[in-house]
Amino acid sequence: MTATSENRNEAQMIASILAGGNTHEFHDLIQPYERSVYSMALSMLQNEADAEDAAQEAFLKAFRNLEKFRGEAKFSTWLISITLNEARSRLRRKKTAKTESLDELQEGGHVSPALLRDWREIPSEALERQEVRLLLQDAIGDLPLIYREVFVLRDMEDLSVNQSAEALGISVAAAKVRLHRARLMLQKRLAPQLKQVMPKRRWFPWF
Amino acid sequence: MVLECKHVWEHISGYLDGTLDAAVLEDVQKHLEHCEICSAILDSTRNILILTADERVFELPLGFSERLHARLEAEMRGPRGTGEEIGEEGDS
Ligand SMILES: [Zn+2]
Repeated sequence: MTATSENRNEAQMIASILAGGNTHEFHDLIQPYERSVYSMALSMLQNEADAEDAAQEAFLKAFRNLEKFRGEAKFSTWLISITLNEARSRLRRKKTAKTESLDELQEGGHVSPALLRDWREIPSEALERQEVRLLLQDAIGDLPLIYREVFVLRDMEDLSVNQSAEALGISVAAAKVRLHRARLMLQKRLAPQLKQVMPKRRWFPWF
Repeated sequence: MVLECKHVWEHISGYLDGTLDAAVLEDVQKHLEHCEICSAILDSTRNILILTADERVFELPLGFSERLHARLEAEMRGPRGTGEEIGEEGDS
């Protein structure tokens, strides 16, 4: 979500919206981020209806609070933190987060990868197959929240580590550690599953 | 310095992100050259990152954008808090 946004003059759009009259520019302002905001909400809430509602709410809050955006952060980072807060407060309300505190206690724990000698190929048409898509969604959804958040921001939405840390309100070092654990957890779970699901002949070698 | 596998695993993210110190990178690369297990772990991790970065993993529901912008329109036009649009702006 970085490349397109940097080519637009977001500061100018925001100023124009705030000056009044041009509220419609808000539609254009948020357009590149619709998918990211929704993905973030869905990865956290794991329910399409809740995710859509939370995403809409996040955009409305961004609109209502636009004058509070100072421009020190990137607009996208600001928007993502609003989304995070929205999703987190919904999780708290639903009390589905009650197991997460246990996960967080294990933050210092060691993650070891899946040891597979021959999972080197990438499933070429993987996402054409609903089954693989669901495997990925489930695996991401089952990551403890603190790992899921940073993984979605950095590896799915392509924020930098610094931006991810900023959106999450954690240090860059903590973001790096969590990201690493998230990746290894996914490797451990997904590599054996994908190996099973994808018939080998349909894979392309990586190199 | 000769690295054990489990130490190489700690550097997989740094390796993929290209953020390892030159000295560590060299050790890791040396290890990867002869260790099939670690290179398979590296490749599978990289492949999973490629798969999950695919936009289709979390696809926008049909009509998402339309519903969002309709709700924003209502917010922009209507008075805050009520969710209702009362009256016209007066032109026409
Ligand atoms: Zn090894």
